[in-house]
Amino acid sequence: MSGADRTKAVLLLCAVIAVLFVLQFLLPEYHHLSMTRIMVLAVFAMGYNVLFGYTGLLSLGHAMFFAAGLYAAGLTVYHLEWSVPLAFATGVAAGAVSSLVIGVVALRTTGVSFMIVTMMFAQVAYLATLYFTTYTRGDEGLVLPTAARSFDVFGVAVDLTNPVVRYNIALALLAATIAIIYKVVHSETGRALIAIRENEPRTQMLGYNTFAIKLKALVISGTLSAASGAAYVLLFAYVGSTFATIQYSIDALLYTLLGGAGTLLGPLAGALMMFYVIDIASEYTVAYLLIAGLVLIVLVLFFQKGVLGTIRERWIRWLP
Amino acid sequence: MAAVTLLETKDLSRSFGGLHAVSNVDFALGEGEVRAIIGPNGAGKTTFVNLLSGRLRPSSGTVTFEGSDISGLPAFERVRRGIAYTFQITSIYPNLPTLENVMIAAQGGGHKDAGASIAERAGQALASVGLQDRAGETAGEMAYGHQRLLEVAMGLALDPTLLILDEPTQGLSDSEIEDFCGLVKEIANKATVLLIEHNMPVVMQLADRITVLNFGEILAEGTPEDIRADRQVQAAYLGS
Repeated sequence: MSGADRTKAVLLLCAVIAVLFVLQFLLPEYHHLSMTRIMVLAVFAMGYNVLFGYTGLLSLGHAMFFAAGLYAAGLTVYHLEWSVPLAFATGVAAGAVSSLVIGVVALRTTGVSFMIVTMMFAQVAYLATLYFTTYTRGDEGLVLPTAARSFDVFGVAVDLTNPVVRYNIALALLAATIAIIYKVVHSETGRALIAIRENEPRTQMLGYNTFAIKLKALVISGTLSAASGAAYVLLFAYVGSTFATIQYSIDALLYTLLGGAGTLLGPLAGALMMFYVIDIASEYTVAYLLIAGLVLIVLVLFFQKGVLGTIRERWIRWLP
Repeated sequence: MAAVTLLETKDLSRSFGGLHAVSNVDFALGEGEVRAIIGPNGAGKTTFVNLLSGRLRPSSGTVTFEGSDISGLPAFERVRRGIAYTFQITSIYPNLPTLENVMIAAQGGGHKDAGASIAERAGQALASVGLQDRAGETAGEMAYGHQRLLEVAMGLALDPTLLILDEPTQGLSDSEIEDFCGLVKEIANKATVLLIEHNMPVVMQLADRITVLNFGEILAEGTPEDIRADRQVQAAYLGS
């Protein structure tokens, strides 16, 4: 990518963040809340995309990293009455540690085996949330008390029950994630990730320790997913086993595929589209997943690289 | 060619089940040499170089490179120490631009040429095989001959001490082969070259010495003239 292309890419990313900022003044209440959720879920999918889109490893267990952040942040607030920032940091740390430990084991496999191994670990994590019901209250879950949802930052009171505050925190998290991924992808690590995706045996024979690089990708991916989970529980005050189910692993995959694997904004576009397809379809029918399925079939047939992936391939080569 | 020994194997063996693909090979390669390894199909040539490059682990025996035992090192560590391997079946990044292919190699090699950036070293490697005008092309869309050259450029971008070329002229046209021989001679000024090759005119033209493998063992070793005159070698190739 040339210097001019990079400048265009950075400007586009800034423009997207600016548009999202302005949107909060225009959106009606319902869509305002939807957008907040979409931005948090987009962070999850963007984290997923680091592993799937850039490194070429398909995980079916990313819900466990999302849930690691969700539970670590939620339970410490609920049971230990930790402050919101501390709980968030704990959630992020839980994601980093769990992805490191699981990566060391799961990355001994590739391809279909990797999918199965990650799915199995995620099932164990899901069952654990049910098993330790004394602390987690399983399926029913926990609602964080309102008192625990405000905190001070340098003397400024932050109240997470306020929708405007929530929207902007979600936006800040999204912007930080975009910046982190942009930085990683355009570093030497990013080049190595793409090399592994394109041809791993060759990459090994060019002097790369591919295991270590894949582990790094998984830790970045898992940590971002956990940051999303931690933000989700702190912003919306609910933690339950549903978030650890395979449905959430599949969602991250679908958002990424739909928007464009290996594109920076693809997961955001995918999350946005999928959310509204289901939202609009469910107004008309209870079989809304059927419509979502049809949309996916159309995409697979006509936009195999996802929406942004197709745009990049056909029209805008510099798309980040 | 009594130069310093760069690479040495002692009793090197590798078997697959009951098949002894390589057995008890003692082999020494001097610094600066162009050495060819020849032998009939199934003689164990590719297995042997895979043991050198680290793609396979030996069943027994040792590989020594620049005086230290590298038998236990994984392939990527050996590459960083200066052993580059180009694949028999072209193995490039077909979806990426040609220059990016070489940049990946330049970044991966352990022999960092102090001062030169990754882009500079990649550009030099690409220019040395004559592909500089195709830097922006998608690698997989180039003609086969150009892909072979790219494969070699990736090897060169690693700035290797030892370059192992596995059947580099396979599938090339006669004129491409001629250019290729010129390229190998140039490379030989900077690096030691180990060549696995079927094409005998190429071997005779390029090699300082030839090692003949047969049934996983060294059958003969010597200058091209010696090998040409060797009765055993003739028998192995022509059948006795």
